[in-house]
Amino acid sequence: MQDALHGYENTRGGTEATFGDFEQARQTAAAIKWEAIENLDTLLGEFADKLEARGTRVFWAGNGKEAVDYILGVCKEHGAKNIIKSKCMTTEEIHLNPALEAAGMQVVESDLGEYIVQLREEAPFHFVFPAMHLKRDRISRIFEEKLGTEPSADPEELTMIARGVMRQKYCEADIGISGANFAVADSGMISITENEGNARLTTSLPKVHIAVLGIEKVVPKLEDLSVMLQMLGTAGTGQWLTAYNSMIGGPRQPGEVDGPEEFHVVLLDNHRTKLLADPEQRDALRCIRCGACLNVCPIFKNIGGHNYGTTYQGPIGSVITPHLRGLQSYKHLSFSSSLCGACSETCPVKIDLHHHLMRNRRNAVQEKGGKMERWMFGQFAKVMTHPKRYRGSEGLMRFGAKLWQPFKGRKLDPLKAWTASRDLPAPAPKSFMKQWKEREREQAQERGEDPS
Amino acid sequence: MSGREEILGRVREALSVPSHAGVKAVSGEGVRDVREARGFLPDGGSTTEARLAKFRELAAKLKAEVELLPDLAAAGMYLADLAKKEGWRQIASHRHDLTNPALESLGVPILWTDDEPSTADLEKVEAGVTSCEALIAQTGSVLVTGKGCGGRALSVLPPHHVVMATLDQLLPDMLAGFDLLRERYRDQLPSFVSFITGASRTGDIERILVLGAHGPKRLTILILEN
Repeated sequence: MQDALHGYENTRGGTEATFGDFEQARQTAAAIKWEAIENLDTLLGEFADKLEARGTRVFWAGNGKEAVDYILGVCKEHGAKNIIKSKCMTTEEIHLNPALEAAGMQVVESDLGEYIVQLREEAPFHFVFPAMHLKRDRISRIFEEKLGTEPSADPEELTMIARGVMRQKYCEADIGISGANFAVADSGMISITENEGNARLTTSLPKVHIAVLGIEKVVPKLEDLSVMLQMLGTAGTGQWLTAYNSMIGGPRQPGEVDGPEEFHVVLLDNHRTKLLADPEQRDALRCIRCGACLNVCPIFKNIGGHNYGTTYQGPIGSVITPHLRGLQSYKHLSFSSSLCGACSETCPVKIDLHHHLMRNRRNAVQEKGGKMERWMFGQFAKVMTHPKRYRGSEGLMRFGAKLWQPFKGRKLDPLKAWTASRDLPAPAPKSFMKQWKEREREQAQERGEDPS
Repeated sequence: MSGREEILGRVREALSVPSHAGVKAVSGEGVRDVREARGFLPDGGSTTEARLAKFRELAAKLKAEVELLPDLAAAGMYLADLAKKEGWRQIASHRHDLTNPALESLGVPILWTDDEPSTADLEKVEAGVTSCEALIAQTGSVLVTGKGCGGRALSVLPPHHVVMATLDQLLPDMLAGFDLLRERYRDQLPSFVSFITGASRTGDIERILVLGAHGPKRLTILILEN
């Protein structure tokens, strides 16, 4: 993972250098998304009207369940058995796949990384590079196990195995489901950014295409994409533009030779309006999901994506998940941060990420400032501000740790809430002060001085 | 069911409180107009020569092949050569002023997407030959649409995508590409528009670049001087 992220930083640096003025371009991108979020009501209305005028069915989903029910309804109406999907984090957010499978449909993720994690029955590790935690041997093994293919240590051969499988799936699929990176208001089009071509195939070949997107994806004008697509490529993967940036504005139109007969757009709220109602943090809705803040985050680099336990990992995930799923359940993510600000510095739309982490911390405490916690911090301060008390506490700690050992991790463990999912480091056998004094004494003896 | 009005109502209510000025100040006073912001992006070149040089440079990085050919006859010969080298048994294309004459004497059966072949048949061809709406120097991209360039599938399903363009189709940047689409189609934009930048690719396995993940493994761009 570290190698992969290092490679990203290098390529991104090179691409930024080809810009006339990357910092100014960032400010323009930020301004475009500010305008979009601050005029979300009119722009969303315009987006939906334009789509509907060309035969697209737009569904407004208040929450995940409404979105899932609608999509299930469309699938059933068409008697769909095979569903092909291109990468879409919004459908991860609403847990669409298990619902479709429970209704007896076969769902295949066509993005290579997403397909690999689907075969392994795990969640994406990173919302741009879902399988970045896996080495080729493990990918080969899962293909052997699930597809019965020969082992291979060649990424190209492994990719071609997936290509072969998918070609069949595209032709069989009754319905294609995609996400969207942008929703262009003035022309009623969704925009999809990808490298593999799987989204193009998913949205072109099946008779029905369903796109699922959050209401925050809006940009005002088609021309705005000339800035946004290059920012997304550069910040997302370091490429100046990904291989395919496609805009879709409806089902097949008169005079066109192919394309789906039906196009559905599902616009999802699912607590986004709650975040929008926060005048301090609504700016997090400007996120274009490039993943740059994950790539530079020292916490993400060390713990990886799965430990977040969220759909959106990294700094942006830590900022928005408390709003989407509850502050008290996800506040710990905002505390697990060094507040170094690398995320805010790299964000292509200049979201004030590390300050939002601080705001989440403040809100968490204000909302539920525990008396116990305040008392403990009071005691902590008393101990820390008096050398004698501090030294006394050291001995107590060591003694306590010894007493605690037999209970560690057991039922009667008084620290169970902590140790259930974390380690508690043992106190050092000797304090720094003590070690220092001993060292001084030894050195003095070596020099033949009086050790008093 | 929440429905449109309910969600838009929630949006309006949320926005009734203005954004925090301090947070807004973090992103600075940027230039909002994308036309004014043009210079901040990578430069596409102001002359045809500069654009062509830029386009070639980026295509080389993308491992796409660019051939500058004098005319249609030369393009026909180039395609015949390609057909022999790659052993084309069947290809697909669409009827267009550039593709028709260039493919006339190829001697390989051609599936025309204008006749709406089945997906299964289109999947079997070795190459797809298409026109394009424009070429973009700034990004090394080919701009295609579902209406003007043989449909959505032709440029992504076959393993080799061959693009035919003329030198005057080479535009400086993406913004010029959008302007062209607006001018050509007014408010009836095709249902599908795509900027194709190199062949299909993936880095999902150890971030090692592999071409031809799902779409074309090879992209060839033929530019005719007139």
